[in-house]
Parts: sequence; C-alpha cells; structure tokens
Amino acid sequence: MNFEEVKHIAKLARLDFEKEELLSLQKELSLILDYINKLKEVDVKGVEPYCYSSLLKNVFREDKAFFKNNEIKKDLLDLAPEKTDSFVKVKSVFK
Amino acid sequence: MRYSIKKIAQGLSNKEFSCKELVEDYLETIAKKDKNINSYLSLFSDKALKQAEEIDKLEKKPSFLTGVPLAVKDNILVKGEVSTAGSRILENYRAPYSATAVRKLEKLQAIILGKTNLDEFACGSSGEHSAFGSTKNPLNCEYVPGGSSSGSAAAVSADMACFALGSDTAGSIRLPASFCNVVGFKPSYGAISRYGLIALASSLDQIGIIANSVEDIEIVFEAVRGKDRFDSTSLEVEEAKAKGKGKALKDLVIGLPKEFFTKGIDKEILELVENRIKDLQAQGIKFKELEMPHLQYGVACYYIIMPAELSSNLARYDGIKYGSSKQANGLIDGYFKTRGGFFGEEIKRRIMLGTYVLSSGYYDAYYLRALRVRSKIVRDFEQSFQKVDFILSPTAPFLPFKLGQKVNDPVSMYLSDLLTVPANLAGLPAISLPAGKIDELPAGIQLIAPALKDKALLSTAKQIEKIWTQ
Repeated sequence: MNFEEVKHIAKLARLDFEKEELLSLQKELSLILDYINKLKEVDVKGVEPYCYSSLLKNVFREDKAFFKNNEIKKDLLDLAPEKTDSFVKVKSVFK
Repeated sequence: MRYSIKKIAQGLSNKEFSCKELVEDYLETIAKKDKNINSYLSLFSDKALKQAEEIDKLEKKPSFLTGVPLAVKDNILVKGEVSTAGSRILENYRAPYSATAVRKLEKLQAIILGKTNLDEFACGSSGEHSAFGSTKNPLNCEYVPGGSSSGSAAAVSADMACFALGSDTAGSIRLPASFCNVVGFKPSYGAISRYGLIALASSLDQIGIIANSVEDIEIVFEAVRGKDRFDSTSLEVEEAKAKGKGKALKDLVIGLPKEFFTKGIDKEILELVENRIKDLQAQGIKFKELEMPHLQYGVACYYIIMPAELSSNLARYDGIKYGSSKQANGLIDGYFKTRGGFFGEEIKRRIMLGTYVLSSGYYDAYYLRALRVRSKIVRDFEQSFQKVDFILSPTAPFLPFKLGQKVNDPVSMYLSDLLTVPANLAGLPAISLPAGKIDELPAGIQLIAPALKDKALLSTAKQIEKIWTQ
C-alpha cells in the first residue's frame, strides 16, 4: 500500500490523521495485508460465498412500530449532540 | 469462588445470609481489589443495594437467579446507564433501552453490579485497547486478562461478580476466560439475542456468559437464550436428547483437528492438553484425529470479514445522532474531526482495513474470497461432525502475556484468535474450560459442538469439568 492509497482510504473512511499516523498506518496495514494474502493459497473455484448461516430464515413482520408511547422518542432525541425542538440538528452542507 | 448460583439460591431461601449482605460482600471485594484490576467501568452500588433490600422482603424468590449479582460487559445496554463500549466516542452515551439478555435477567431480579471494561468496541485480545485503561489479570497483575471481555472475565475470576455477560466475535469470551482461569461460553450464532449489543461484526457477534462453573453457565443460558422479535437472526437451540444428562462418556467420540495441534502453539500448552485428554480417555471417551485443512485460514479470513463489517457498522458514529461530537466547519469536516478525534488507534486501523478491502477494485480479491474461504471452513466442520460429537483444542495458542508485550505488534496480537475464531466463522457453540496451570499461569481447553447443540455441549462440558477437577 503506498502513501497516496492510505491517504485516499482515510478520506473514504472519514478519519482525520496526522501525517506521522498515516505513515505508521501504511506500514501496519501492509503487514496485515501480507498476512491475509495467505488466503490466495486456497482454491475457491466453484465455492459459493458464505452469506448467512443456513439455519436462518427470513423473518417478516407488519410495517408497524413496536413502541407505541413517545417516551423512547424523547430518550433517543435527547442523545443527539445538537437539536432544535424535536429535530436532530445536522451541520451545514453548503456554505 | 465463594458462591455458585445454587449456593446463593439456597443461602437466600434458607436465610443463611440476606441478599443485602451478599451484595455488600461483593461490593467490598470490588472496593478492595478493583483499584488494581480495573475491571469495572461503572458501578451501580446504591441501585444494587436497594434492589437487594427489596428482594429480602420477598416471601418467595421468583427464580434461581433472583438476587444473584452479575456484571455486564460495557458494550451491552442497560437502560438508563452509560454504555461506553470502551470508547471515547460513547463516553457519555446513556442507553435508552436494555439489551434483551439484560432485560431477561432484570425480570428474574438478578442484580447488576456494574458494567465491565473491554477493548474498544470489543476489538482486541488483551484488554489493552480500552480507552479507559487496561484491565489486569487478577491472577497476576503484570499480565493481561485477555480480551475483549477483559473486565467480565477478571471480575468473575476475582469474585467481584458471580457471573458476567460478555460478547464473542472471534474468541472475546473464551480467550479471557482461559487467561483468567474461569469458564467462558459462546453459544451458537443467534442463540442469545443480539438486541442491545453494540455491533462490531454482525455476522460473527454473539453474546455469551462467563462464570466459575459450567453449571452456573447452564442456568444463565437457560434464562437469557431464545428467539427474540427484536433480533431476526435469533433462534431456538435443540433440546439435549436425554434431559439433564449428556451422552454417556463411553459413547462419546471427540475430534482432534491436526491443524489445532501444530506449530504456532506453545509446547507446554500442547503437553497440558495431552495430559487432560489422557484423563478423559481413562473414563472411556474415544478420540479421533481429524483433518480440517482450512482452519489455518481462519484468522486471515476474519481480518477481512470483520473489518469490512466493522467499518460499515461504525459509520453510524457521525457526531450527529448520538455519541461524542466535535465542533467543525460544516458536515464533512465534522465527520473527520469527530471520528478522527474519538476513535482509538486499533479501531481506526480496523476501519481503514475494512474500507480498503471493500473499496472498488479490491472487493473480489479480498472480501468475496474471504466469504468463499469461510464456506470452506464451514464445510470442514460439517464433515468432521459426521465423524465426531465434539471437537477439542487448546483455547489459546499461548499463555497470558505481559501487559505491553504485544500491543505494538497487531499481527502477533491477532493470532491470539487462531483457535477460537473458526467457531465464530461457522456460527458454532464453543466453551473454554480451565485445564490447569503452567508456571502459575492458567490455560484453557476449548470444546466446539455442531450448530444448535448448545445444551448437549454444556452437559458434556459439565461431565468433563468434573473429571478434570477431581
């Protein structure tokens, strides 16, 4: 992994880093990738990718809220760092 | 251990001690020991004592678990209490609801003493990646307790809780149980609802139990397991065939995968395990060597699937809906500053790795290939369980290590999961039992069962535990 790639991934991941941090990440991630490249030894031709355990079935329910009272609504809203009335405040997108 | 669940239930109903005395006893132990060990992130002393007084007023105790003091890993929600998941980003997050497993225990009036320390978002094998300081191994404070359920295992081991809830994504219950000389059980994927468990890697995460004995684990498992309408991946496990009793020991065949007894595992641990196997052979249990060629790829497979799921799951920490938030110039700057500022080093490393393996151009080479290898690991288990009832191996490839020894070497730390992660990849139930000590440091032995055979696993584990402690 080269330095530009690490910078690009950090941008995709929405993580702020100092330059030194990116440099040590470059080293560490390369070592981890070397290790996981072990998987290239496995012959996976014709093997289905694992999705979910075969024991699980689709579960359907009516499109109705579980909670009838408004209490949980208030509790959830109270967790937002910034809010106005009953709205979560989002930082500005456009200048 | 001073109290088993049965002993507590008997003691309370025979009025040998009051529930208040019991809780005070645990709180005193915590006050005395936890300054050094650092297993609790929060304590609910007043609430616990008040609850105990109420229980003392009851004529009849509604359940075996009534009044039994427990600890809950801090990535499992308890309504109204702070749930940090070991992260600065949730430092002040107060849970608006309780996890299903917690709610079931609350209903039975078990007493939650507090929330326990963990590696941030359950990511780590040593307990050293907590944003709130490392937990120390109660058997020797220079050593790590194992992770990520570091506080839960240490608390049970040091008599600071009768049992504890933990979570296990790659070994996070079994590894610290092995390092702290207690029993750790990861049920089949889905056997205990994940509702209210802060997500790490959703296809692998499982709530489980740490206790001093298999009997205690059985009691708690019965109380918390089962299908839950709030978790559509939850399911019911199979009943054990003969109720209360496992298969007769002489009819048991236990598999030993060659790949689990190989280089990379401490010689002394292998020797200890071989001796324990001899104990079981003396009781008539048969053993069979197995070939499971894909087990060796478990860790590599995991370090693609887990970061991929984690980086998606942790995208929710945006500084807007809940959790810590940094002042910023506009929306995107807020994401960068909040996430960069509040996530710890190991979490950022894993988010980067996950973002990389899922990024365009690499998806097939990494993520898709890992899912295919995961299928092959599942198949190895399916084929093995046609020949044997259970699989046995050491729990950890090495003994507890010293604090600081591996913290700057991610790959070596990741290999802690070598023997435990296959059960998560295949969704199987697995338990770690104390197997003895080497130079005063404990080692565990792991038993893995076919999917949904949790009850059969526990009843056999109980018999094996008895043989080893005789």
